[in-house]
Amino acid sequence: MMDTFAALAHGMAVAVQPMNLLYALIGVFLGTAVGVLPGIGPALTVALLLPVTYKLDPGGSLIMFAGIYYGGMYGGSTTAILINTPGESASMATALEGNKMAKAGRGGPALATSAIGSFVAGTIATIGLAFLAPWLVDFAVRFGPEDYFALMCVAFVTVSATFGDSPIRGLTSLFIGLTLGLVGIDKLTGQARLAFGVPELLDGVEVTTLAVGLFALGEALYVASRRHHTEEKLEPVRGSLWMTKEDWKRSWKPWLRGTMFGFPIGALPAGGAEIPTFLSYSTEKRLTKYPEEFGKGAIEGVAGPEAANNASAAGTLVPLLTLGLPTSATAAMMLAGFQQYGLNPGPLLFAERPDLVWGLIASLFIANCMLLVLNLPLVGLWVRLLAIPQPWLYAGILVFATMGTIAAKPSVVELSMLAGFGVLGFLMRRFDFPIAPVVVGLILGPIAESQLRRALAISLGDPMTLLQSPISATLLGLALVALLAPFVLKGMGRFKANED
Amino acid sequence: MTGDHASGGPAQPPRRVDRAGIIIAALLAGLAVVLVWDARGLQSTAMYGMGPEAMPVVIACGLALLAIGNFIDALRGNLPARESADPVPVILILVGLALLIAIIGFGGGFILATSALFVTTSAAFGRRAILVDSIIALVMSTLIYLAFDRLLTLSLPTGPLERLL
Repeated sequence: MMDTFAALAHGMAVAVQPMNLLYALIGVFLGTAVGVLPGIGPALTVALLLPVTYKLDPGGSLIMFAGIYYGGMYGGSTTAILINTPGESASMATALEGNKMAKAGRGGPALATSAIGSFVAGTIATIGLAFLAPWLVDFAVRFGPEDYFALMCVAFVTVSATFGDSPIRGLTSLFIGLTLGLVGIDKLTGQARLAFGVPELLDGVEVTTLAVGLFALGEALYVASRRHHTEEKLEPVRGSLWMTKEDWKRSWKPWLRGTMFGFPIGALPAGGAEIPTFLSYSTEKRLTKYPEEFGKGAIEGVAGPEAANNASAAGTLVPLLTLGLPTSATAAMMLAGFQQYGLNPGPLLFAERPDLVWGLIASLFIANCMLLVLNLPLVGLWVRLLAIPQPWLYAGILVFATMGTIAAKPSVVELSMLAGFGVLGFLMRRFDFPIAPVVVGLILGPIAESQLRRALAISLGDPMTLLQSPISATLLGLALVALLAPFVLKGMGRFKANED
Repeated sequence: MTGDHASGGPAQPPRRVDRAGIIIAALLAGLAVVLVWDARGLQSTAMYGMGPEAMPVVIACGLALLAIGNFIDALRGNLPARESADPVPVILILVGLALLIAIIGFGGGFILATSALFVTTSAAFGRRAILVDSIIALVMSTLIYLAFDRLLTLSLPTGPLERLL
């Protein structure tokens, strides 16, 4: 307990250095500005802004990241409220009620309750992270390679199969990611896999290239292909920005309840902010004194899900920092940011670079405060960003997206891969395959393979080692249950449907 | 969520075989074959445990199973409903990307390459003012180039325009 306070105080000391404060401020500002653009969720925000941090030192860039991460989340909810295009499924509940509020001329209070709710949830969840992380690290140091492999299996299954619409499509996405993870030189034997004699492929597939291609190019192509279907309408922010006493009274409980849903679910190696946001939405709908307002712009329906969304975002940092396990697309991008500096999150990072880890955690607090102070007064500026005509907006997004690759690796092969992943992202959107499992598969696939091979080398090739470790056996069992559960439940659902 | 479209509802047309779904299944199966074919060329040097060829084969098996799963879904017409898509803007953006790659590849530089992408994308989203957009694109990419080159000291590819700056 005291150790956590001491570590956190040390982290604060790192984070409040003037340069680091400046990085956090730039991160928050850029994150909100990019996140507010329609169709751009937090994951893409982080992916697009990765190249900006290339030249910084790891500490500064991670602090900037923390700002970008939270800024992207704030920006996303602004878009959801004002034009009803949630950049990610976790903002869908917010868009549901928030956009109705904006249409009714209550956009200001909707933005305010989402900003303050995100602040409350983010702060509580970051405290949760600070106390949970050291405890989990103590546990994780005992993990052997076979336990890590089993843990990755759990993440694979939960990210792709359990929470999607169709486990088959989710697993297909995951296996595409795993296949891409094979490309390049095998680290243990130095042999090239799936490189087809192309020298650029020997280094493997770059995570940022994949993410920017799938998210940015894929999204732009998709929106372009169905432009004739939808007309986006920007709701002007009319009336007061501030919440009335009544609004406060109706908001504070949903904020806290949303946090209670968001943090624990985000911290499980299951990922996904959709579940807690929808749980929060349905809970608020059940508990409210004004059920007639739901669907027409109830402030509880913005306050709760927004808090849940932010709390689960902080929650996903628990498995990311302590185990190196990304459980959402955004967390996967954060991991890519760590890897850019050759840092591997996990128990070792806490021991070797406590200044970095705790500086990052402390910056999350600071970024949260900055956002609260910055966002409400600056909402006029963000609204103006939203008003950029669609052709220029997407043209600008594509220029910005390709720029990252051009700056990092200006080769024809790399750019062609980027374009190819863009087409892949477009097709996956069109045929309703989830995107996040591809990114998680690319990042975790090679790690899982090397852990498994290490485990088998230690056990002299005996595969039973996976079941002899109690941790690994439990986790593999969990993974199996999570893999089979949706198929069983689906069968039961069909049974029920027949009964009606 | 979207999967529910296919099931239930009295006014549902009879389920049809989904051609796109069959193609997806075929592509997955093809990918599995490529993986196995590529893995055959690898030498297992590991004394104990797995060599580098084991994981590709495992993933190939997974892909093959998923190809079957997708194939069954397609036969049953279980894919979620799709809205009509307009191919013209998609092709325009892809042309823009191809131009970008070609200009970078032939040493045309960052400014020209990204300007080409900007103008084609803007056209794909319905703008018809190519001249105005070209000027906006050139100014914007020049500013980005200067910001990256001078402020962040990241080197972007140079061409004739960049050498003038």
